[in-house]
Formats: sequence, C-alpha cells, structure tokens
Amino acid sequence: MSSLSTSAGRAHGVPSPWRMRLGYFGVSGWIGLAIVAFWALAAVFGPTLLSRTGAAGGGAVFAPISAAHWLGTDYLGRDMLARVIEGARYTVGVAFLATLLASGTGTLLALLAAASGRWIDATLSRGLDTLTAIPSKMFALLIVAGFGSSVPMLVAAAAVIYVPGAYRIARSLAVNVNALDYVTVARTRGESTGYVMLREILPNIAGPMLADLGLRFVYVVLLLASLSFLGLGVQPPEADWGSLVRENILALSEGGASVIAPSLAIASLTIAVNLVIDNLPGRGARERGAR
Amino acid sequence: MNALVLKLLAQRIALALLSVLAVSVIVFAITAVLPGDAAQEQLGQDATPEALAALRTQMGLDVPAPQRYLHWLGAMLRGDLGTSSTTQLPVAELIGSRLPNSLLLAAVTALFSVPIALTLGVASAVWRGSWFDRAASTSAVAVVSVPEFLVATLAVLVFAVQLRWLPALSYVSDIESLGQLLRAFAMPVLTLCCVIVAQMMRMSRAAVIDQLEAPYVEMVRLKGASPLRIVLAHALPNAVGPIANAVALSLSYLLGGVIIVETIFNYPGIAKLMVDGVSQRDMPLVQACAMLFCAGYLILVTTADIFGIVANPRLRHR
Repeated sequence: MSSLSTSAGRAHGVPSPWRMRLGYFGVSGWIGLAIVAFWALAAVFGPTLLSRTGAAGGGAVFAPISAAHWLGTDYLGRDMLARVIEGARYTVGVAFLATLLASGTGTLLALLAAASGRWIDATLSRGLDTLTAIPSKMFALLIVAGFGSSVPMLVAAAAVIYVPGAYRIARSLAVNVNALDYVTVARTRGESTGYVMLREILPNIAGPMLADLGLRFVYVVLLLASLSFLGLGVQPPEADWGSLVRENILALSEGGASVIAPSLAIASLTIAVNLVIDNLPGRGARERGAR
Repeated sequence: MNALVLKLLAQRIALALLSVLAVSVIVFAITAVLPGDAAQEQLGQDATPEALAALRTQMGLDVPAPQRYLHWLGAMLRGDLGTSSTTQLPVAELIGSRLPNSLLLAAVTALFSVPIALTLGVASAVWRGSWFDRAASTSAVAVVSVPEFLVATLAVLVFAVQLRWLPALSYVSDIESLGQLLRAFAMPVLTLCCVIVAQMMRMSRAAVIDQLEAPYVEMVRLKGASPLRIVLAHALPNAVGPIANAVALSLSYLLGGVIIVETIFNYPGIAKLMVDGVSQRDMPLVQACAMLFCAGYLILVTTADIFGIVANPRLRHR
C-alpha cells in the first residue's frame, strides 16, 4: 500500500505521499473524524466527568430541553445528556470490541486461506459462506435466545455474525497479493507460511481492511442498537443508545427530546464513520476488492 | 434456455437446499445443544438427580445430540413444528395465524417500493452527477446508515404526532373498511418502504450506470439516438438482469426490517411472534420462526441469482 502510493507520488512529481493522502481528505472527512473522536472521548471519559455533576433522577419526567437539562429528562426524570454519554460507553465500546474481533478473526482466517493450501481455503470459504445464509438480525436473535444477552455474549454474537463478511473481503485482497512476485520470491527464499501471511501479505492488505473495519463498525452499531431497541440487547440498569430509545419511546407522543436524542446520537456516529471512510484514500482498490 | 443455463440453475437450487440444511444444523445447535442442559435450567440448581433424569427422559434429552437433531428435522419436514413452551399451543397454529399478516405487509411494501425505487434509480443513473442524483444518493446513504427504528420513530413523530394524519399503532384485528386498512398499514409500510427504496435505488442506479458506461452505449450516442431512446431501448434491456437481482436482494432486507417494524408498531406478524419467543426463551417457537425466515431469505437470494443467470445473454445464446 505505502510503497504503491509513494511510487505513484514520485511519478506525478508530488513531493510527499503524506501530503497527497491528506489532500484527499475533504472537509466532510474532517467533520466525520471530529464526531467520531467526540463519541470516543465521551465513551472513555464521559462517565467520570459526569459523576460530579450528578446524573441522578428526581426531576420532572420527560421534561423538555432547558438550561438545566440540555437534552431534557427521561422517563425517570434523569438528565438525558448524562444518559446519552453513559450510553456511549456501551454503544461505542461494545461495537468497537466486536468489530475488532470480527475483522481480526476474518483477516487472520483469510491470510491463512490465501497463504496455505487449497483444502484449507475451500473448507474455510464454504464454512463461512454457510453462516451468511442466516440474515444478521435473525442470527442475533437466535444467539440471544440460546445464550441470553450479557455484554460478553453480545460482543461474541456480533463478532461471529460479521466474521464471514470481513473474511470474504480480506480473502479476495489477500489472494491478489499472494499472486505477486515478491510473495513468490519470499516462498522460494524458504520463508514459513506464518512469515508470508504476516510480513508479506498483511501489510499490503491492512489499508483496505482498516476501511472495511469502519464499515463493519457501522453494521455492528446498527445491529446492537436494534437488539437493544427490541429489549434483547444491553439490559437495564445499563443502557446503550438503542435501549435509551426503547425506554423513552412513550415520549414520542409528546414529541420529547429524550427519544430523539439517542436516535440522533446513533445516526451521527454511523454517518460520521461513513464520511471518514468515503474520504480515505484507496477507495477504488477497496471496491474492486469487494467484488 | 439451453443445457448450460439449466445446469447452472440446478446448481443454484441444489446449493440453496444444502444451505437450508446447514442453517437447520446451526439453528438446532444454537438453540438446543450449545446452551447446555435444558432440564437442569428448568429445575434449578438443587434438583435431585432422579428428578433431573426423569425430566431429561421426558424432554428427550437422554439421546445424543445428532439423533435429537434428526428427530427434530424429521418432525419439521412432516410439518410438526412442536408445541410452544409458554402458550402450550401448537407452533404451527401460532405461525399460521400470524403469517398472512406478515405476508400482506411484505406484499404491500413491495407493491409500493419497487416502482418508486426503480424510477428513482434509473432517473439518477441517467442524470448522474446532477443535483437530483446527488440529493437522491445522499438521502439513500443517510437512510441506509441509520437504524430502522430511527426511521420509524421519525415517521411516527411527523405523521402521527405533528400532523395527526395516521395512528401511531396498528391493530389489524379491528379493520372493517378499506380506509381503516390503509390507515393501519400506512406507518409500517412507510417505514419499510424508506429502507427498501434506499437499498434498491442504490443497486439499480449502479446497474444502469454500468450499462450506460459500456462502449455500445457510446456507439448509440454517436449514432445520434435521443437520450430517452438510449436508456429505454438500449441500456434498460441489458440492465434487466442486474435490476431484477437488485430487487430480489433488496426485498431480502425486508426480513431484517420487518423485525423492527412489527415490534415498534405492535403489528401482529410473524417477526413480533419471534421477538416475543426470544424474550420468553420459547425454543420451539424460535426454531420454527428462524427456519421460516432463513428459508424465505434463501428463496429471495436464490431468486436473485437465478435472475442474474437467466438474464445474461452470453449464457442464453451459447
């Protein structure tokens, strides 16, 4: 990836590959990045900051937006802003963990499939294809029915559901890299399969896979929020943004902010990630890889 | 139709049947084998070994898992879906009473969304790069990247709360006139349509653009054909396969969307039944609903593949 863009940069007389990369990054990309960073910070530091200002209930139920409660109050009179920021920990944290697991496992299996023999490749590909025959939400419902919905189980469920997608993309990228001359040279040199996987192929598919990680993160956020919305995800008293929409759904008939705020939080996160991905370099290569 | 096409079709259908079989293994493993001993769970920690053994025999848990699976699969193929563990009613009866509602919802949604999506998709492909295309594509991306329940809550907020045109909840049982039917269906169909139209529009736009960028279209343009003729007489006939593929694939998103929509609008359909089954851990009900959904999904995906094969002229005239 890096060697490719460097040589392209030299050929067109562009001074630095970094400048060229940042040149791609438009205004919308920066806006997306800022929103993602904001929610990441909220997930990490939000709860500790809020405990001092007091997020306990006791106020008016479903109060409208005011100076004291920037986003109104929820069905127990708790401050909605505090609830949304606490929810960030679950929505962003759980989804991020699950996405890392799914993409990591998918990429590793794909490297294994590409670098080792035909049998392993065929077995892995057919096996993971079978998992895609179950629609993602249905799969999630099944896992919750079987194993309940503790947070570790939700992470595992989302990871299992999105491994096949990550695998498919990583494999199509890895197979292309595997056919290149320098990989053949490495093999002739007598390098092990592990070396070829991690040192020769992985660095060259890492860029597109990071972009895919972002896209998969969006899917996982949507899936987990939907599960929580159905009451089958994160369980009370903990709440992610999906459960916040669920528990405040009664405010809908009054047009309350308490049901709109968590919905908009989800939308802002997923759209922001999409904006960032759209502005990453190498989009064309990724789309070719996805086919 | 020639031998090659028939062979490809047979392969697709065989693959779909195999997938259903594999799905049934996964469904059975997740719901009945991996979670552990259902008898133990029912009796609790301090049950006597004798009581446990008796319940296991009664539930058929004393036979090995593969045998139980075959028994379950055989019963399901014979149409015996078991008895719901919460209501004690036959699962087939429960599903039978809800399935028509869901199918009706899906049919009405398809009826509205397919023409709208195709018109939007073809129009934005023809005028690609224009303000119309940019507006349509941006809103499609926005709809696709937010959860279905957000679309549903916004629809309730606008049409039921602010404008007071429609009821927020739908109850299919008390419908007497066509007007009531339309009002009850309006919100769920509207929400599902938003999601499906966005998906289908994006895919059909890509399919038509693929054709419009082909060399033969340039040839037609050089020949002096009008833009309307280029699209209707030259590009569209070749895009029929990919578009039919896109329609079938988009309709398979219905299966996911319907889970959320039936729950939020309290619509008495099969997805609501399954969600209730999951929260009450009613395994026979969950298993039957899951198999039904997966079969429906595979039928749609296979149909998409079949359209792709049949509409490919290179395969047809070989």
